[in-house]
Amino acid sequence: MSKQSINWYKYASPQTFYPLAGKMIPWFWLLAAIFGIAGLTTGFLLAPMDEQQGEGYRIIFLHVPASWMSMFIYLVMAFWAALGLAFNTRLSGMMASALAPTGALFAFLSLWTGALWGKPMWGTWWVWDARLTSELILLFLYIGFIALQAAIDDPRRADKAGAILALVGVVNIPIIYFSVKWWNTLHQGASVSLTRAPSMAAMMLWGMLLCALACWMYSIAVALMRVRTIMLERERHTEWVRALLGDTE
Amino acid sequence: MHWNSLAEFLAMGKHGLYVWGSVLVMAGVMLAEPMLIRRSRRRLVERLRRQYRAERSEARAVSPSSSSGSPA
Repeated sequence: MSKQSINWYKYASPQTFYPLAGKMIPWFWLLAAIFGIAGLTTGFLLAPMDEQQGEGYRIIFLHVPASWMSMFIYLVMAFWAALGLAFNTRLSGMMASALAPTGALFAFLSLWTGALWGKPMWGTWWVWDARLTSELILLFLYIGFIALQAAIDDPRRADKAGAILALVGVVNIPIIYFSVKWWNTLHQGASVSLTRAPSMAAMMLWGMLLCALACWMYSIAVALMRVRTIMLERERHTEWVRALLGDTE
Repeated sequence: MHWNSLAEFLAMGKHGLYVWGSVLVMAGVMLAEPMLIRRSRRRLVERLRRQYRAERSEARAVSPSSSSGSPA
Protein backbone atom coordinates (compact mmCIF):
# COMPACT_ATOMS: atom_id res chain seq x y z
CA MET A 1 0.00 0.00 0.00
CA SER A 2 1.24 3.44 -0.81
CA LYS A 3 2.19 5.73 2.02
CA GLN A 4 0.29 8.60 0.45
CA SER A 5 -3.09 6.96 0.93
CA ILE A 6 -5.47 8.90 3.13
CA ASN A 7 -5.23 7.98 6.76
CA TRP A 8 -8.88 7.14 7.38
CA TYR A 9 -8.14 6.22 10.94
CA LYS A 10 -7.32 9.84 11.59
CA TYR A 11 -10.86 10.89 10.67
CA ALA A 12 -12.26 7.94 12.56
CA SER A 13 -10.96 9.46 15.78
CA PRO A 14 -13.59 11.54 17.58
CA GLN A 15 -11.02 14.17 18.44
CA THR A 16 -10.45 14.94 14.75
CA PHE A 17 -14.00 14.41 13.63
CA TYR A 18 -15.61 16.64 16.25
CA PRO A 19 -14.31 20.01 14.97
CA LEU A 20 -14.67 18.88 11.35
CA ALA A 21 -18.35 18.04 11.92
CA GLY A 22 -18.82 21.39 13.63
CA LYS A 23 -17.56 23.20 10.55
CA MET A 24 -19.77 21.20 8.19
CA ILE A 25 -23.09 21.55 10.05
CA PRO A 26 -23.91 25.17 8.99
CA TRP A 27 -23.28 24.31 5.34
CA PHE A 28 -25.67 21.37 5.45
CA TRP A 29 -28.30 23.59 7.09
CA LEU A 30 -27.84 26.16 4.36
CA LEU A 31 -28.21 23.52 1.63
CA ALA A 32 -31.25 22.03 3.38
CA ALA A 33 -32.89 25.48 3.43
CA ILE A 34 -32.11 26.18 -0.23
CA PHE A 35 -33.35 22.80 -1.45
CA GLY A 36 -36.33 22.95 0.88
CA ILE A 37 -37.49 26.35 -0.35
CA ALA A 38 -36.93 25.36 -3.98
CA GLY A 39 -38.70 22.03 -3.53
CA LEU A 40 -41.71 23.39 -1.68
CA THR A 41 -42.08 26.29 -4.13
CA THR A 42 -42.02 23.86 -7.04
CA GLY A 43 -44.30 21.33 -5.38
CA PHE A 44 -46.82 23.61 -3.72
CA LEU A 45 -46.90 26.73 -5.92
CA LEU A 46 -45.83 25.76 -9.42
CA ALA A 47 -46.70 22.11 -10.04
CA PRO A 48 -50.06 21.48 -11.74
CA MET A 49 -52.95 19.64 -10.17
CA ASP A 50 -53.04 15.87 -10.53
CA GLU A 51 -55.88 14.72 -12.80
CA GLN A 52 -56.90 11.78 -10.62
CA GLN A 53 -55.96 12.85 -7.12
CA GLY A 54 -56.75 16.57 -7.18
CA GLU A 55 -54.69 18.90 -4.98
CA GLY A 56 -54.32 16.33 -2.21
CA TYR A 57 -51.59 14.62 -4.20
CA ARG A 58 -49.20 17.37 -3.02
CA ILE A 59 -48.76 15.37 0.18
CA ILE A 60 -46.42 13.11 -1.80
CA PHE A 61 -43.84 15.95 -1.89
CA LEU A 62 -43.46 15.27 1.82
CA HIS A 63 -44.43 11.61 1.96
CA VAL A 64 -42.04 10.22 -0.64
CA PRO A 65 -38.89 12.01 0.66
CA ALA A 66 -39.76 11.03 4.25
CA SER A 67 -40.21 7.39 3.21
CA TRP A 68 -36.99 7.35 1.20
CA MET A 69 -35.06 8.85 4.10
CA SER A 70 -36.50 6.37 6.58
CA MET A 71 -35.10 3.54 4.43
CA PHE A 72 -31.79 5.19 3.45
CA ILE A 73 -31.00 6.18 7.03
CA TYR A 74 -31.58 2.60 8.12
CA LEU A 75 -29.13 1.35 5.50
CA VAL A 76 -26.52 3.92 6.52
CA MET A 77 -27.07 3.08 10.17
CA ALA A 78 -26.64 -0.65 9.47
CA PHE A 79 -23.49 0.14 7.44
CA TRP A 80 -21.93 2.00 10.38
CA ALA A 81 -23.05 -0.75 12.74
CA ALA A 82 -21.38 -3.40 10.57
CA LEU A 83 -18.21 -1.31 10.36
CA GLY A 84 -18.18 -1.01 14.12
CA LEU A 85 -18.58 -4.77 14.55
CA ALA A 86 -15.85 -5.55 12.03
CA PHE A 87 -13.21 -2.97 12.96
CA ASN A 88 -14.25 -1.95 16.45
CA THR A 89 -13.84 1.74 15.62
CA ARG A 90 -15.21 4.16 18.21
CA LEU A 91 -16.82 6.50 15.72
CA SER A 92 -18.95 3.83 13.99
CA GLY A 93 -21.13 3.07 16.97
CA MET A 94 -21.61 6.76 17.65
CA MET A 95 -22.70 7.36 14.06
CA ALA A 96 -25.22 4.51 14.21
CA SER A 97 -26.66 5.85 17.48
CA ALA A 98 -26.83 9.37 16.07
CA LEU A 99 -28.80 8.26 13.00
CA ALA A 100 -31.44 6.12 14.69
CA PRO A 101 -33.69 8.87 16.15
CA THR A 102 -33.73 10.78 12.86
CA GLY A 103 -34.60 7.60 10.97
CA ALA A 104 -37.38 6.87 13.44
CA LEU A 105 -38.81 10.37 12.97
CA PHE A 106 -38.82 9.97 9.18
CA ALA A 107 -40.51 6.57 9.49
CA PHE A 108 -43.15 8.21 11.68
CA LEU A 109 -43.55 11.09 9.19
CA SER A 110 -43.87 8.62 6.35
CA LEU A 111 -46.73 6.85 8.15
CA TRP A 112 -48.35 10.11 9.23
CA THR A 113 -48.32 11.78 5.81
CA GLY A 114 -49.30 8.44 4.26
CA ALA A 115 -52.35 8.22 6.51
CA LEU A 116 -53.36 11.79 5.65
CA TRP A 117 -52.99 10.96 1.98
CA GLY A 118 -54.81 7.65 2.33
CA LYS A 119 -57.94 9.09 3.94
CA PRO A 120 -59.04 11.27 0.99
CA MET A 121 -57.62 8.95 -1.71
CA TRP A 122 -58.44 5.47 -0.43
CA GLY A 123 -61.09 6.40 2.09
CA THR A 124 -59.09 4.96 4.98
CA TRP A 125 -56.27 6.12 7.26
CA TRP A 126 -54.70 2.71 7.46
CA VAL A 127 -54.78 -0.76 5.90
CA TRP A 128 -52.73 -3.82 6.83
CA ASP A 129 -51.15 -3.74 3.43
CA ALA A 130 -47.61 -5.09 2.79
CA ARG A 131 -46.08 -1.65 2.16
CA LEU A 132 -47.69 0.05 5.14
CA THR A 133 -47.08 -2.83 7.51
CA SER A 134 -43.40 -3.21 6.58
CA GLU A 135 -42.89 0.55 7.06
CA LEU A 136 -44.50 0.24 10.50
CA ILE A 137 -42.08 -2.60 11.28
CA LEU A 138 -39.25 -0.25 10.25
CA LEU A 139 -40.44 2.27 12.84
CA PHE A 140 -40.49 -0.51 15.45
CA LEU A 141 -36.96 -1.57 14.46
CA TYR A 142 -35.71 1.97 15.01
CA ILE A 143 -37.48 2.18 18.36
CA GLY A 144 -36.13 -1.26 19.31
CA PHE A 145 -32.59 -0.19 18.40
CA ILE A 146 -32.86 2.99 20.49
CA ALA A 147 -34.43 1.17 23.45
CA LEU A 148 -31.89 -1.66 23.35
CA GLN A 149 -28.97 0.76 23.36
CA ALA A 150 -30.54 2.79 26.16
CA ALA A 151 -30.97 -0.36 28.25
CA ILE A 152 -27.25 -1.25 28.22
CA ASP A 153 -24.98 0.89 30.37
CA ASP A 154 -21.64 0.08 28.78
CA PRO A 155 -21.56 1.99 25.47
CA ARG A 156 -19.33 -0.52 23.68
CA ARG A 157 -21.64 -3.39 24.55
CA ALA A 158 -24.65 -1.26 23.64
CA ASP A 159 -23.04 -0.62 20.24
CA LYS A 160 -22.51 -4.32 19.62
CA ALA A 161 -26.01 -5.36 20.64
CA GLY A 162 -27.52 -2.52 18.62
CA ALA A 163 -25.39 -3.41 15.62
CA ILE A 164 -26.67 -6.97 15.56
CA LEU A 165 -30.27 -5.79 15.79
CA ALA A 166 -29.65 -3.24 13.03
CA LEU A 167 -28.08 -5.86 10.75
CA VAL A 168 -30.84 -8.41 11.27
CA GLY A 169 -33.40 -5.67 10.56
CA VAL A 170 -31.83 -4.82 7.20
CA VAL A 171 -33.86 -7.65 5.69
CA ASN A 172 -36.90 -5.41 6.10
CA ILE A 173 -35.62 -2.72 3.71
CA PRO A 174 -35.93 -4.72 0.46
CA ILE A 175 -39.26 -5.99 1.75
CA ILE A 176 -40.53 -2.41 2.03
CA TYR A 177 -39.06 -1.40 -1.30
CA PHE A 178 -40.31 -4.35 -3.32
CA SER A 179 -43.54 -4.92 -1.39
CA VAL A 180 -45.56 -3.15 -4.06
CA LYS A 181 -44.19 -5.57 -6.66
CA TRP A 182 -44.16 -8.80 -4.69
CA TRP A 183 -47.66 -8.55 -3.32
CA ASN A 184 -50.91 -7.19 -4.50
CA THR A 185 -51.07 -4.08 -2.39
CA LEU A 186 -53.36 -1.10 -2.15
CA HIS A 187 -50.28 1.13 -2.18
CA GLN A 188 -49.35 2.33 -5.65
CA GLY A 189 -46.11 1.30 -7.36
CA ALA A 190 -42.94 3.37 -7.43
CA SER A 191 -43.40 6.83 -8.96
CA VAL A 192 -39.69 7.19 -9.62
CA SER A 193 -37.52 4.29 -10.72
CA LEU A 194 -33.92 3.95 -11.82
CA THR A 195 -34.77 1.64 -14.66
CA ARG A 196 -37.59 3.42 -16.45
CA ALA A 197 -38.83 6.92 -17.10
CA PRO A 198 -40.70 8.44 -14.16
CA SER A 199 -44.47 8.16 -14.39
CA MET A 200 -45.09 11.77 -13.49
CA ALA A 201 -44.91 15.29 -14.91
CA ALA A 202 -41.48 16.95 -14.94
CA MET A 203 -42.52 19.70 -12.53
CA MET A 204 -43.83 17.18 -10.01
CA LEU A 205 -40.69 15.10 -10.34
CA TRP A 206 -38.47 18.14 -9.74
CA GLY A 207 -40.47 19.16 -6.71
CA MET A 208 -40.09 15.69 -5.25
CA LEU A 209 -36.37 15.40 -5.97
CA LEU A 210 -35.64 18.83 -4.49
CA CYS A 211 -37.63 17.99 -1.35
CA ALA A 212 -35.76 14.68 -1.10
CA LEU A 213 -32.41 16.53 -1.36
CA ALA A 214 -33.56 18.92 1.37
CA CYS A 215 -34.34 15.93 3.60
CA TRP A 216 -30.90 14.47 2.86
CA MET A 217 -29.15 17.68 3.88
CA TYR A 218 -31.37 18.00 6.94
CA SER A 219 -30.57 14.43 8.00
CA ILE A 220 -26.83 14.94 7.64
CA ALA A 221 -26.93 18.20 9.60
CA VAL A 222 -29.02 16.72 12.40
CA ALA A 223 -27.00 13.49 12.57
CA LEU A 224 -23.75 15.49 12.80
CA MET A 225 -25.24 17.63 15.57
CA ARG A 226 -26.29 14.55 17.48
CA VAL A 227 -23.03 12.66 16.96
CA ARG A 228 -21.13 15.61 18.42
CA THR A 229 -23.21 15.46 21.58
CA ILE A 230 -22.70 11.69 21.80
CA MET A 231 -18.94 12.22 21.40
CA LEU A 232 -18.78 14.68 24.28
CA GLU A 233 -20.76 12.33 26.47
CA ARG A 234 -18.75 9.21 25.70
CA GLU A 235 -15.35 10.87 25.62
CA ARG A 236 -15.93 12.98 28.72
CA HIS A 237 -12.97 11.41 30.54
CA THR A 238 -10.48 12.31 27.83
CA GLU A 239 -8.16 15.28 27.78
CA TRP A 240 -9.48 16.67 24.52
CA VAL A 241 -13.04 17.02 25.82
CA ARG A 242 -11.76 18.62 29.02
CA ALA A 243 -9.67 21.06 27.03
CA LEU A 244 -12.57 21.77 24.69
CA LEU A 245 -14.90 22.65 27.54
CA GLY A 246 -12.32 25.01 28.97
CA ASP A 247 -11.26 22.77 31.82
CA THR A 248 -7.61 23.75 31.93
CA GLU A 249 -5.45 22.80 34.82
CA MET B 1 -47.94 29.97 -10.57
CA HIS B 2 -50.70 27.43 -10.22
CA TRP B 3 -52.99 29.33 -7.83
CA ASN B 4 -55.33 32.28 -8.41
CA SER B 5 -55.80 33.31 -4.79
CA LEU B 6 -54.54 32.64 -1.30
CA ALA B 7 -57.92 31.18 -0.32
CA GLU B 8 -57.68 28.69 -3.15
CA PHE B 9 -54.15 27.79 -2.08
CA LEU B 10 -55.24 27.23 1.51
CA ALA B 11 -58.26 25.17 0.48
CA MET B 12 -56.13 22.76 -1.62
CA GLY B 13 -59.15 21.60 -3.56
CA LYS B 14 -61.11 19.80 -0.88
CA HIS B 15 -57.97 18.42 0.71
CA GLY B 16 -56.77 21.38 2.82
CA LEU B 17 -57.03 19.52 6.12
CA TYR B 18 -54.97 16.58 4.87
CA VAL B 19 -52.33 18.61 3.04
CA TRP B 20 -51.79 21.18 5.81
CA GLY B 21 -51.99 18.48 8.47
CA SER B 22 -49.05 16.79 6.77
CA VAL B 23 -47.11 20.01 6.27
CA LEU B 24 -47.53 21.25 9.84
CA VAL B 25 -46.58 17.99 11.50
CA MET B 26 -43.56 17.47 9.27
CA ALA B 27 -42.37 21.07 9.76
CA GLY B 28 -42.97 20.77 13.51
CA VAL B 29 -40.92 17.58 13.77
CA MET B 30 -38.09 18.98 11.63
CA LEU B 31 -37.93 22.14 13.75
CA ALA B 32 -38.23 20.35 17.09
CA GLU B 33 -35.53 17.75 16.46
CA PRO B 34 -32.55 20.14 16.09
CA MET B 35 -33.88 22.27 18.97
CA LEU B 36 -34.02 19.23 21.25
CA ILE B 37 -30.49 18.21 20.24
CA ARG B 38 -29.21 21.71 21.03
CA ARG B 39 -30.89 21.64 24.40
CA SER B 40 -29.51 18.24 25.37
CA ARG B 41 -26.07 19.34 24.25
CA ARG B 42 -26.24 22.51 26.34
CA ARG B 43 -27.29 20.50 29.38
CA LEU B 44 -24.51 17.98 28.83
CA VAL B 45 -21.88 20.72 28.57
CA GLU B 46 -23.13 22.33 31.80
CA ARG B 47 -23.11 18.97 33.58
CA LEU B 48 -19.59 18.11 32.42
CA ARG B 49 -18.23 21.52 33.41
CA ARG B 50 -19.74 21.11 36.89
CA GLN B 51 -18.29 17.62 37.11
CA TYR B 52 -14.81 18.76 36.07
CA ARG B 53 -14.89 21.59 38.62
CA ALA B 54 -15.94 19.19 41.36
CA GLU B 55 -13.18 16.74 40.42
CA ARG B 56 -10.59 19.50 40.48
CA SER B 57 -11.58 20.86 43.86
CA GLU B 58 -11.66 17.33 45.22
CA ALA B 59 -8.16 16.68 43.91
CA ARG B 60 -6.95 19.91 45.53
CA ALA B 61 -8.53 18.99 48.84
CA VAL B 62 -6.79 15.62 48.88
CA SER B 63 -3.32 16.91 48.04
CA PRO B 64 -3.12 20.67 48.53
CA SER B 65 0.65 20.79 48.14
CA SER B 66 0.99 18.92 44.85
CA SER B 67 -1.56 20.93 42.85
CA SER B 68 -0.43 24.42 43.70
CA GLY B 69 -0.93 25.69 40.14
CA SER B 70 -3.62 28.33 39.87
CA PRO B 71 -6.55 27.63 37.53
CA ALA B 72 -6.19 29.46 34.26
